[in-house]
This record gives sequence, structure tokens and C-alpha cells, in this order.
Amino acid sequence: MDARKESEPKATMNRTTVEPKSEREIVITRTFNAPARIVFEAWTKPELFQRWWVPKSAGLTLLSYEADVRVGGSYRLVFDRGASEPIAFFGRYIEVTPHSRLVWTNDESGEDGAVTTVTFEEKGGKTLLVLHELYRTKEARDAGLASGAYDGMGETFEQLDEVLVTQSAKVGPS
Amino acid sequence: MVQHSSARLDASFAALSDATRRGVLEQLGRADASITELAEKFHMTLTGMKKHVGVLERARLVTTEKVGRVRTCKLGPGRLSEEMAWLEGYRQLWASRFDELDKVVEELKQKENVDGRKKRK
Repeated sequence: MDARKESEPKATMNRTTVEPKSEREIVITRTFNAPARIVFEAWTKPELFQRWWVPKSAGLTLLSYEADVRVGGSYRLVFDRGASEPIAFFGRYIEVTPHSRLVWTNDESGEDGAVTTVTFEEKGGKTLLVLHELYRTKEARDAGLASGAYDGMGETFEQLDEVLVTQSAKVGPS
Repeated sequence: MVQHSSARLDASFAALSDATRRGVLEQLGRADASITELAEKFHMTLTGMKKHVGVLERARLVTTEKVGRVRTCKLGPGRLSEEMAWLEGYRQLWASRFDELDKVVEELKQKENVDGRKKRK
């Protein structure tokens, strides 16, 4: 019961970082206040995964999700995008090491697909999660970042959009 | 060339990783401002604001010019590339995902505590 009280402020301290490691790579990190086995469970059990993978702010609806989290097993996510056709994301698990490592392919864009590696590193009851995405080419990475999955992320772009708009207005003829 | 552009990207990206600095850019998008004005607006010390402006300057997102005793800041030539906007959008997507994951993890943790106690009798 005390844990709940404590968890609120702590949760906000755990910042998500995104770093372009190279032109083909992106590394995302985040710390969780729980042992690796718990974070791993929340990631690999489909009924739990569905609860967090699509944030409410995304404005997207997950129509279906299937995952056979075993080496060689496949997964498939289907999103409703409102007016346009539903979009599917799918691939295979290349590596599944309980509580420490997951590797899967992203095959929806064909051979250009990225390979995603997630590692769970436990230290003092906390887990450092590192998600690494390796694309075949820089173009594929940029396309991946701008892909349909994030079209619904409108509000997250708002702040930057404002900066972009005001900045380009500024740079224009005066 | 590649090296150069990714160093540039890193600098811009770091510059944008801070809410105050994003706010400063927004502000300067509306009108040029002195460091003193910016410090007041963002409830910061002059030194603190100078540091933020310095970071933005190095990323070429802001330029400054000293006229008399006043240093005026304006938006610089280093445009935010689409790529950076994507990256920031991407970060925010993962941040909201992980905030939700936090809730699931917290729930599992508590359940484990309760179950653990039961098992131990």
C-alpha cells in the first residue's frame, strides 16, 4: 500500500531518452522501479502488453494483437487508423531470453525492416530497459520514424510544430 | 560529412531535450528578446538563462547580438529538421508508452507482494 504512494513521484523521475546512435540506429532507454522479471512479464504477456503499447494519447485503437513469444514465433499488431485502412505491424522473434533479452524483426516494410533488440538489466531492484532499433538504411530509419503508426501522435508533435511554424515564418521575407 | 551532420543533429537534439529551451525557441519565434526578458519570462536567474541560450547558440538554433548593454536573442539559421521533429515525436511516444508500462509493472509488483505473503503463510 505504501508502494503505491511512493511510486507516483518516482515514476515521473524515470525519463525516456531517445538517441540516434548512427544514421541507421536509434537507442531508447528507460528505468523501471521493478525487477527485470516483472518488466519482462509485462512485455511478453499479450494481455499485459496491450495495456501499455498504445498510449491513450496516441488516438489509435488496437484492433488485435497476437504474439507467440518464442524463438521463431511471430507477432502481429493491427491498428485502426480511423478513416484510412487498418495498418498491420508484424514480424518474428529471433531471440527470447527470459528476463533479459528480446530480439524481433519488423517485417511490415519488407526486406528493409528494422531489427529491434530489447535488453532488461536489473540493478538494485530496478530495471534499465534499453531498446535498440537497427535499420538497414538511413532512409528506412527515417521512414520508420515517420511511419503510419505515429500518424495519430498528433498532440505530441504540437509543441515542436509550433516551434517549426513560427521559426519558418520568421525566416521568411520580412 | 556524415560525421558532421550527426554531430549537428546531436547538438540540436540535446538543445531540444529541455522544456525551457523549447519554450525559449517558441518565444523567440514570436519576437526577439533580451536575455533579461527571457530570464524573467521563464522565472530563471540570468546565469541560468545564459546557459540555456548558450546551448541553443551552439546548436545554431539561436543567435545573439549585443547592442550597448543588452544582448538580444533571435532565432538562428539552424532549422529544426524534420528528422529531429520525428525523433522528438518518437521520444514522446515511447515516454507515454513507458508511463503506461509503469502502471502495469506497479500492479504486477503489488500482486507479487500479496501472493508472496500468502505463499509464505
